[in-house]
Amino acid sequence: MIKELTCICCPMGCALKAEVDTQGNVISVTGNTCIRGENYAKSELTAPVRTVTTTMISKSGTPIPVKTKDPIPKEKIFEVVKAIKSISPGLPVRMGDVMIADVCSTGVDIVAARTIK
Amino acid sequence: MNKYDLIVIGGGPAGMAAAIAAKKAGIDDLVILERDSVLGGILNQCIHNGFGLHTFKEELTGPEYAEKYADMVRQEGIPFELDTMVLSVEKIQDSELKAVTVISSKLGVATLTAKAVVLAMGCRERPRGALNIPGTRPQGVYTAGTAQKLVNLEGAHIGKEVVILGSGDIGLIMARRMTLEGAHVAAVAELMPYSSGLKRNIVQCLDDYDIPLLLSHTVVDIKGNEKLEGVYIAQVDDNRAPIESTKKYYPCDTLLLSCGLIPENELTGGAGISIDPRTNGALVNESLETDMPGVFSCGNVLHVHDLVDFVSEESARAGEAAAKYIRHGLGEGGKSIELKTGNGVRYTVPCRINTANAPDLTHIRFRVTDVYKNVSIIVKSGDTELIRKKSQILVPSEMVDVILKKDKLSSASDTIEVFIEEVAE
Repeated sequence: MIKELTCICCPMGCALKAEVDTQGNVISVTGNTCIRGENYAKSELTAPVRTVTTTMISKSGTPIPVKTKDPIPKEKIFEVVKAIKSISPGLPVRMGDVMIADVCSTGVDIVAARTIK
Repeated sequence: MNKYDLIVIGGGPAGMAAAIAAKKAGIDDLVILERDSVLGGILNQCIHNGFGLHTFKEELTGPEYAEKYADMVRQEGIPFELDTMVLSVEKIQDSELKAVTVISSKLGVATLTAKAVVLAMGCRERPRGALNIPGTRPQGVYTAGTAQKLVNLEGAHIGKEVVILGSGDIGLIMARRMTLEGAHVAAVAELMPYSSGLKRNIVQCLDDYDIPLLLSHTVVDIKGNEKLEGVYIAQVDDNRAPIESTKKYYPCDTLLLSCGLIPENELTGGAGISIDPRTNGALVNESLETDMPGVFSCGNVLHVHDLVDFVSEESARAGEAAAKYIRHGLGEGGKSIELKTGNGVRYTVPCRINTANAPDLTHIRFRVTDVYKNVSIIVKSGDTELIRKKSQILVPSEMVDVILKKDKLSSASDTIEVFIEEVAE
């Protein structure tokens, strides 16, 4: 089966075509202009991941922008956002501070994306 | 007092990059003027990731990208004035100096002078009033950037059922953002037959959340007296006229408008600097200098960018050129070459190149007028091709950057044309 997808690794947005066998394995990728396109198609069709960004509301009500330090499985996005919204830390925070370690057992930390005093 | 070598107007990514580059090029007597109470500009509300892949070789969020630059500004010891609004820029008569009049609670109304000025004021969103959407004027209609500021910087909850008009990047980003904040986004309507947003945003902000992108559709009516109740969306024909029979009602409490960005050039126009009607930014030369000598322009106030990395790179070049101007003036007497647009090219930045000042590599940045596949970008002077570059795909939403080597300029006449060559198959 041929699956079509758009590569998102860079602004090129290459139109990828991936040949997938009945077990869901990616056999070949065409349409990419660099190796990242091939890797993207393989991971996107087997184990898609996303970096999640949102805000955590501090005790004083000031939103703190946060992100997953590394991409997490796509199907865990809403669970991770819920975990982020469930706590309200105090200020100050520094950019890079770990706000939640190993969020939702993903092995990925939630870190602050801005220093707020 | 109040005399500077360089004044940078705007403390967003463009202003910070220009100031850092000028400082590194030996200009110590400089200041950044910023109207907000923090440095960073619009990046502070752009909490999503995707910034910095070119500049820092890592994927950052907007606030992180801003903070890294703000830290560099502090490390370089570059002074900046916050909460300071610039009212006007003027050339002082019979002088090479420029007068920059500002207002702030600290300075009151004050006039500063500078040998050189970098305009880095950024851009703003096209508002509802400029879109001619019929209907009432209820609460609940926001530009996407206003909604982004309310949600991300103020922690506001602005609505539960959302329709977005325009598929610009901010609209796409806000579709995902509103979804993660618990709202339902019913649709993104786009007047054009293609999206004006980046591919990755369509994939990661719409497709991931099953939000439909309605191409060739627009909002034709807004309902609700005090509070927004819903909008009518209709398909448009080839002339972008709505087709009455396709009209469909979408109940919603929030309508976000992501319908284009306009460089904020009131100061530029007020200074008497020529504006390019195609970009709504200043007409600039190879040094990103406007037609007022010693006044440079860069970033989104010059032309709207899609990547902040391109803003930083361009602005650093403006800062370096300003430093060169301050130290020994830009060279005169070189050949002046005009850049013209041909098939498929909407504008170019710069619009002219003086060979005496051309760097080893001149960036020519432009946007195409339509979607082009398997074409060549041609930069040609007379019968001489200076650049021929194949491209698999060119889209209006993604700025094109081609690099012209200095030695190529010697074979150019007084005009260079940039155009897209379509190959007949």
